[in-house]
Amino acid sequence: MSTADYSQSDSGQDKRARRWHILVFLLPAVIVYTAIMILPLIETLRLSLFNVVDGQSVFVGFGNFQTLFGEPRWSASFWNALRNNFVFFLIHMLVQNPIGVALAALLSVPKLRFGAFYRTALFLPTLLSFVIVGFIWKLILSPIWGVSPYLLDLVGLKSLFAPWLGRPDTALITVSLISVWQNVGIPTMLIYASMLSIPEEVLEAAECDGITGWSQFWKIKLPLILPSIGIISILTFVGNFNAFDLVYTVQGALAGPDGSTDILGTLLYRTFFGFQLQIGDKSMGATIATVMFLIILTGVCIYLFAIQRRMRRYQF
Amino acid sequence: MGSTTLKSLLMATSILASAGFAHAADTTLTIESWRTDDLAIWQEKLIPAFEAKNPGIKVKFAPTPPTEYDAALGARFDAGSAGDIITCRPFDKSLEQFKRGNLSSLKSLPGMENFTPVAKAAWSTDDGSDTFCVPMASVIHGFIYNKDAFDKLGIAVPTTEAEFFAALDKIKKDGTYIPLAMGTKDLWEAATMGYQNIGPNYWKGEEGRTALIKGTQKLTDADWVAPYKTLAKWKDYLGDGFEAQTYPDSQNLFTLGRAAIYPAGSWEISLFNTQAQFKMGAFLPPVQKAGDTCYISDHADLGAAMNAKSKNPEAAKKFLSWVASPEFADIYANALPGFFSLSSTPVKMKDPLAQEFVSWREKCKPTIRSTYQILSRGKPNLENETWVESANVINGTDTPEVAAKKLQDGLDSWYKPAK
Repeated sequence: MSTADYSQSDSGQDKRARRWHILVFLLPAVIVYTAIMILPLIETLRLSLFNVVDGQSVFVGFGNFQTLFGEPRWSASFWNALRNNFVFFLIHMLVQNPIGVALAALLSVPKLRFGAFYRTALFLPTLLSFVIVGFIWKLILSPIWGVSPYLLDLVGLKSLFAPWLGRPDTALITVSLISVWQNVGIPTMLIYASMLSIPEEVLEAAECDGITGWSQFWKIKLPLILPSIGIISILTFVGNFNAFDLVYTVQGALAGPDGSTDILGTLLYRTFFGFQLQIGDKSMGATIATVMFLIILTGVCIYLFAIQRRMRRYQF
Repeated sequence: MGSTTLKSLLMATSILASAGFAHAADTTLTIESWRTDDLAIWQEKLIPAFEAKNPGIKVKFAPTPPTEYDAALGARFDAGSAGDIITCRPFDKSLEQFKRGNLSSLKSLPGMENFTPVAKAAWSTDDGSDTFCVPMASVIHGFIYNKDAFDKLGIAVPTTEAEFFAALDKIKKDGTYIPLAMGTKDLWEAATMGYQNIGPNYWKGEEGRTALIKGTQKLTDADWVAPYKTLAKWKDYLGDGFEAQTYPDSQNLFTLGRAAIYPAGSWEISLFNTQAQFKMGAFLPPVQKAGDTCYISDHADLGAAMNAKSKNPEAAKKFLSWVASPEFADIYANALPGFFSLSSTPVKMKDPLAQEFVSWREKCKPTIRSTYQILSRGKPNLENETWVESANVINGTDTPEVAAKKLQDGLDSWYKPAK
């Protein structure tokens, strides 16, 4: 009887204590996330439904969205930014990620010398600030003092050089490639890590079956690193549609020439904060931010529900 | 070494503190400004000159960094702690403060008669009936050239457009120098140093600018498209890869002596004086035909206003009248060559290059940049669009006609001139 009593009261105390702990441990994260992520997000979504009429903030429903998509000038600059953003993303997917996979495959070759050095060198640009990267590349590509026209001149190919950052048809590709140069370290490292985690036995078994070299990469390694490639794709997608800083440092807030490097981030910046004589428009800025949020949300959902679920995982 | 510095600092503070005590009964005026660069000029030249003439008034120059100025000033107005004298940004930012009742009207201030309506335009209400800042400084556009290069090639200073292009051809043919140091990468160079520099000669300065605001002229009119047509011709005289040439690149190309002509604003003068190793001269934006009236962009940049809630309104007015006087103009303009006083009394400049710029006021009609007053309040913003289109015209992305049409369409979408 008495023992049962003791155990009951014990378990009761345990329960209360456990609840208390949960609360304490969750609280800092909940407070921080609410204050710096959730509240601003809700406030942005709310702000996109309001506009200033005669100095008063008025609820306008989806009026701002109507302006953004219906008014020819707004929609022209929005679609231009969205199209540029897709090109920006596509170049990352087609250049950055394949190069990342290739570099990781090379790094994981067991007999590679100076592996640690290559690893560091490849990851270094990722650690640099956008401002520095933007500045360095502007100098490298400068037609007046740049290294690239000089080097091309040395090998007699000066005619191949053009002021790439200043031409509407090449500026976006150039900026995208600068971004690829900076960020290629991230896919490289992630895939390198997942390649290292492929068990030796699997590779040995493959070799016993006569699968070596290239076919080993395609038939054994690639399927095993596919989940990592999926994660990298979605990280690239989110990163690219939130991008702003590199375009801003290299091409300025007007994302010239002729708006050819304007992506959603720079459009949002100009609209929300204003630029030069243009006064910031908080409501339209919030509207663009909401659209960006929805685009990213849709992209992530497609990945999570349509792709990741069907991805085959192997367990050893 | 360290201890002597410390000692002298301590000495200085104690002396300053006692000086403060001695004049405790004096009125003290505080000046709000974003011109942190001007601190030394105010403390060493301007304030002593004023205090010598006005015993009993002490002046303190308290600048805030440029990027924080507007926000900080707004907060101080709200809290009632703003200084007595406010340095004014041109156009809408100051107009907004005036409309909120933070700045006093200065229409009847003694000394205001020293300024022309153009000089006051940046700080007047839209109808021009009231003024709330004393104009302090402006910047003038023109061309700075490498005198040594001109002498070597035997080129005379061009006055008409034909002579200008003939000079450019000659420089290009010789090949030693890049004829024009300008790039389109930063966009604003093309608009500010290009379009707004040569434009007033075509749209006849104030006449065209005010007509544009009234709606009687359009950006698609011949007078407004013509500067773009001229600008399009500049393309052949710019350096290799000008599409990716930035503003600092242009400055360096000129000061290193690699380019012959620099489409300029007068604010470059002090920098060029310290960096260029050759003789420099300046010439007016060339007129179309010999004998035409010349127009220059004399763009208001800096003014001074009185806080409407100042506790020392009499002293503040006295100070502002002094700012409007030729004495202030003389000290200020000579301390900062390239920032000219807007006073109609001519100021004698010691710097020859600055003197050349300021002398144009006597023979040409001044105007301000066409996009700044009223026309850049809406979206799309006319000033920003002008940057993009000016660069497009020089790059050859758009023809002058297309560029003008785009600008006018953008303006039409929100601006309805008062009928």
